[in-house]
Amino acid sequence: MKTLVWVEHEGGTVKDATLSAVTAAAKLGEVHLLVAGAGVGGVGEAAAKIAGVGKVHVADDAAFGHALAENVAPLVVELMGSHDAFVAPATSTAKNIAPRVAALLDVMQISDILSVESEDTFTRPIYAGNAIATVKSKDAKKVITVRGTAFEKAAREGGSGAVEAVASTGDKGISSFVGAEIAKQERPELTSAKIIVSGGRALKDGETFEEVIYPLADKLGAAVGASRAAVDAGYVPNDYQVGQTGKIVAPEVYIAVGISGAIQHLAGMKDSKTIIAINKDEDAPIFQVADIGLVGDLFKVVPELTSKL
Amino acid sequence: MKILVPVKRVIDYNVKPRVKADGTGVDLANVKMSMNPFDEIAVEEAIRCKEKGVATEVVAVSIGVAKAQETLRTALAMGADRAILIQTDDEVEPLGVAKLLAKVQEEEGAGLIILGKQAIDDDSNQTGQMLAALLNLPQGTFASKVEVEGDKVSVTREVDGGLETVKLNVPAIVTTDLRLNEPRYASLPNIMKAKSKPLATKTPADYGVDVGARLETLKVVEPAKRSAGVKVADVDELVAKLKALGVAA
Repeated sequence: MKTLVWVEHEGGTVKDATLSAVTAAAKLGEVHLLVAGAGVGGVGEAAAKIAGVGKVHVADDAAFGHALAENVAPLVVELMGSHDAFVAPATSTAKNIAPRVAALLDVMQISDILSVESEDTFTRPIYAGNAIATVKSKDAKKVITVRGTAFEKAAREGGSGAVEAVASTGDKGISSFVGAEIAKQERPELTSAKIIVSGGRALKDGETFEEVIYPLADKLGAAVGASRAAVDAGYVPNDYQVGQTGKIVAPEVYIAVGISGAIQHLAGMKDSKTIIAINKDEDAPIFQVADIGLVGDLFKVVPELTSKL
Repeated sequence: MKILVPVKRVIDYNVKPRVKADGTGVDLANVKMSMNPFDEIAVEEAIRCKEKGVATEVVAVSIGVAKAQETLRTALAMGADRAILIQTDDEVEPLGVAKLLAKVQEEEGAGLIILGKQAIDDDSNQTGQMLAALLNLPQGTFASKVEVEGDKVSVTREVDGGLETVKLNVPAIVTTDLRLNEPRYASLPNIMKAKSKPLATKTPADYGVDVGARLETLKVVEPAKRSAGVKVADVDELVAKLKALGVAA
């Protein structure tokens, strides 16, 4: 089986999520990559070095600059003429594009896979991860998105793929990119961080969230996350959200501060290696999944912890 | 401008799903069902467009069992003008749903179709994008802000690193994210009024769409359980544990 993997990139570098998708694709067969964007020659070169990669298709055109699904999907469809599976990391960019590709190919997409059981059978989470379904696809071609935390990352070096330019399918002219507000990354990115410190509604407001959570995170070199309740209450922006409707993370250590442990939050972090919970309610559901729990007032405990580390 | 709002009847947000003992799925017998939360946001957004004078009519559509009528009545009570139920006892996958909705759009000619970004049962996150593909229309997914400006709609999207704004030609597909709005509760008088609003019932066959499943569910199991660990008495003990994990020096 020949797979085509969507390369997620930013600022000229291949993002980690791509490497997990490569691992998943390698379980299906030959791994070819698609790098689409404006001025992405360097990304193509870098992608060709990923271990186990065959051909790297590079589509360099202004029309692909912001990965608008309207322009990118026809490009993928064109390439799918000679590939059997489109495999994309479950990032916001690829989640926008992949179903558009699937519908154009008349294929039912398999979203957010956790494992490859065989070339047509996969496992995926449903009901916010409260159940795991094993599904078998009857479609001749497959369109798949991959949960990054469920697959090892392929090595960035060691491969020697052949870079090949692809003709642009052009700008469809029905949508345009206006602008972006991308949060400055002073801390590690949530989905690839080794340690995450997350805060919940108990932090009271944005200011105390900042005063309590950030110093601890910075001491540990950790990324900062939040529960949906904290995001809904406006303490932090939505891209901090960990959970079913936010980001799915699986760091080495996840520290949940003042988070009760709603189903929807657990869905986003319960695959973390070690979970540490700090909460004043000893019956909070978070303690049922935590490896290490500390019952106490977070406003006292967290600053003390920060100072003692 | 007309707005079409597809809605799905799903397990209530607050109910913990239980996997059936025989591994065939999740037990939905005697479980509280509600409108998919993202679809509630979609209905709210459509109604706000009408209240602002941007939209003239809001049409809710659902594909599902006879009881999905209740979900449509909720949409009507919130403020939708009329509803269409495409009734089937079979589980219809996002691709089938998108094909049916494409046919509905051919009849209705809506300017905007606003859907939830994902349903909280199958967590697919596909229908809106697929519908956009089938209709060859632009898509503004994971929207946190929607502004109609003449024959364009500007959509601010929740993306991994923050926010992104795109401008789409109308007609367009929008899928909602959580922060787009806070859906209203239907008032009792509006719930009563909704009972007399028009609700048409159709079948997939009426639209000539094959909604046969492409994915076969072989089994459904509970995820591996985490067991509760230890509680530490104080911060010093926690620091010691963190050091043991190699997290702190």
